[in-house]
Amino acid sequence: MARRSRVILIGERINAGFKDIGRAIREKDPGPIKKWAKLQAEAGASYLDVNIGAVSKDPRDMAWLVKTVQEAVPTPISVDSTQPEVLRAGLAAGDGRPMLINSTTADDEKLARVIPLAVEFGAALLGLAMDERGSPRDVRGRVENGAKIFAAAIEAGLSPDRVFLDPILMPIRFMQDQSPRVLEAIREFSLLSDPPPHISVGLSNICSQAKERSLLARTFLVMAMAMGLDAAICNVLDEELRAAVAAAELVLNREIYSDDFLKASRLKGKGAGEGTGRAG
Amino acid sequence: MDVPDVRKRWPHRINTVTIGARREAGGTRTSTVTVGGQTTLPFYGFEGELPHPPVVALEVWDIPPVDWPEPAKEPFADVLDDPGRWAQKCVEYGAPLVCLRLKGCDPLIADRTPDEAAHIAQRVRESVGVPLIIWGCGKEDKDNEVFPVVAEALSGENCLLATFTEKNYKTFTALGTAYGHKLVAESPVDINIAKQINILALDAGFPLENIVIFPSTGALGYGIEYVYSIMERTRLAGLQGDKALAMPILCDIASQAWAVKEAKAGVDEVPEWGDPRARGPMWEAVTAYVYLMAGADILVMRHPQAARAVQDMVRKLMAPWPGGPA
Repeated sequence: MARRSRVILIGERINAGFKDIGRAIREKDPGPIKKWAKLQAEAGASYLDVNIGAVSKDPRDMAWLVKTVQEAVPTPISVDSTQPEVLRAGLAAGDGRPMLINSTTADDEKLARVIPLAVEFGAALLGLAMDERGSPRDVRGRVENGAKIFAAAIEAGLSPDRVFLDPILMPIRFMQDQSPRVLEAIREFSLLSDPPPHISVGLSNICSQAKERSLLARTFLVMAMAMGLDAAICNVLDEELRAAVAAAELVLNREIYSDDFLKASRLKGKGAGEGTGRAG
Repeated sequence: MDVPDVRKRWPHRINTVTIGARREAGGTRTSTVTVGGQTTLPFYGFEGELPHPPVVALEVWDIPPVDWPEPAKEPFADVLDDPGRWAQKCVEYGAPLVCLRLKGCDPLIADRTPDEAAHIAQRVRESVGVPLIIWGCGKEDKDNEVFPVVAEALSGENCLLATFTEKNYKTFTALGTAYGHKLVAESPVDINIAKQINILALDAGFPLENIVIFPSTGALGYGIEYVYSIMERTRLAGLQGDKALAMPILCDIASQAWAVKEAKAGVDEVPEWGDPRARGPMWEAVTAYVYLMAGADILVMRHPQAARAVQDMVRKLMAPWPGGPA
C-alpha cells in the first residue's frame, strides 16, 4: 500500500450530544468548549470536530462555536453539520486555519450545495457514503456513493488529499455483519485513485451501546488501517487507542521504529495543521 | 512532447542549525555556519528550497597525528604539533569550520586530562574566528570527564559537541543547555537508534532543533552503500514529518577515508595504484561526494585538496542551471 501519511485523528468531543457541550452552547459558556479543545489538541488531534447537533439550528451558534475553539487552540477545525447554511456559518467564522467540512452525502442536491462551500473556503471535504435513500448495507452501495462524491469533488477542482470518504460504520452490537463490509469498502476506497482520498470513520459508532467500547474501537481502527483507512473521528483522549495507532503505524512501516516509539508518536501529534499535508 | 512534472512537495522542513556565536550573541566568533533548512532531497533545487549548502570542516588534532600517511601530513607539516597554528592553516585553506579532535584524551593514546583538553580548545578558539566542532576521544567514560570542562571553557561559543550516544546523552544534553552548545547524536549505522537517541535527548529537555545526526560513516569501498541508504531513509522520514529524524546530518569523512589501504598505501606497496599524494585526497573527495548525494550537511575532512574539490562540487551542484527555476 502506497499510503504514507499518518493517521489523522479528529477529536469528537465538542459535540452538543454531550451534555456539558449542549449546555455550553445554549448558555454561550466558552469554558467547557475551550477545555475540551485544549485537552484534545494536547492529545494530538489533527482536527477538532465541532457540532451544534440538535441543540440549535441557528448558524450563528456554529459561528460562535468555531470562534470559541479558535480562541483556545491553533488546531484545524472540522465543521460538523448536515445543514449547508450551518456549515457555511462555521467556515465563514474561520481565521484562515485549515478547515474540514463534515459532511456531504452522495445525494445530488447535497453535493450541489456543499461542494461549492469547499471550493469557496478552500476547505477539505468529508463525504458520507450514503444518499437520499439512506446508508447502504453492502460494499457495492458504499463504493458507488463514495466514488460519486469523490468524482464530484475532483470535478470541482479539489485534489484527492482534500477529500475524505466515510464508508459509514454501524454498531457492532446491532449490526455485526456490517463491520467486515465496511473494511472491504475501505479497501475499495483506497483504490479509487493514486494518491487515494483520505478514508475516515466515525469510530465511536462501532461500540455504540456495547461493552468494552475502547477495545472494540481500537481493534477496528487498526484493522481498518491495514485496509487503507487513515483518519477517524474518535475519542482522541483514549490513550490505548493512540498507542494502538502508534503500534499499527510501525507494523505498516509508515513510521520508523524506535524503542520509545510511544513517546515518538506523541511528539508528532503536536504539529497542528498537518491534517491535509502529504508528499506528492 | 509534454514532460510530466514529477516534482514532489514534502510536508516538512529539515531543522536549521547554526554553529558559532558572534560577540553580540555571547561568543567571540567572527563568522558562523548554518546548515539544514531543506524542503527537499539533496541538490533537488528544482523541487524545493535548499537555503544552506553543505559545508566542509577541516580537522585539527590535539596531538601530532599518530596514524596518518605522509600525504595527509604534508599540507600541515610545520604545524602538526600546534593545534592553534594548525587551525589557522585550516582557515587559510578555506575551511569555514574547524573540527578539533581530542584524540590525546584517549586513555590508550596520551590520556590527556580534562584541563589539558580545555587549554588546547581555548588555544584553538583564540587562534581562529570560525565556529568549532569539538570531537571527543570516543571513549564514553573519558568523554564524560573531559566535556564538562571543555564545554565550560568554550561557554557561549555555540560549538558543536561530538558525539553523544545512548550511554551519555544525559551528560551532553546538560552541557549543551548549560553552556550554549549544539550536539551531535551518534548512532551505529542504525536508523532506529538514531531516532531513539534523539527522543532520549528531547526527553532530557534538549531541543531537537539543536541536534545534528551522525549516523556513522564508512569509507568508499567499506560499507558506504549501507550508510548511504540509512542516511537517505533518515532524510526521507524527516521530510515526511518525523520530527525525531528531521536534523542536519554530519559525516566523518576524514577518519574513515584515510583509514583504508586504498588511501593510505605507499607507492612502494602497490605501485600500480599510482601516486598516493594524488590517490589519498581523491579517495577522500570521492567518499565525500557520495555522502553529499546521501544528504550530508557537514563533512569533516582532512586533506585541503580534497576539501577544496568537495567545496567546488557543492558550488557546481547548487548553481542554477539553464532553464531551471531562479
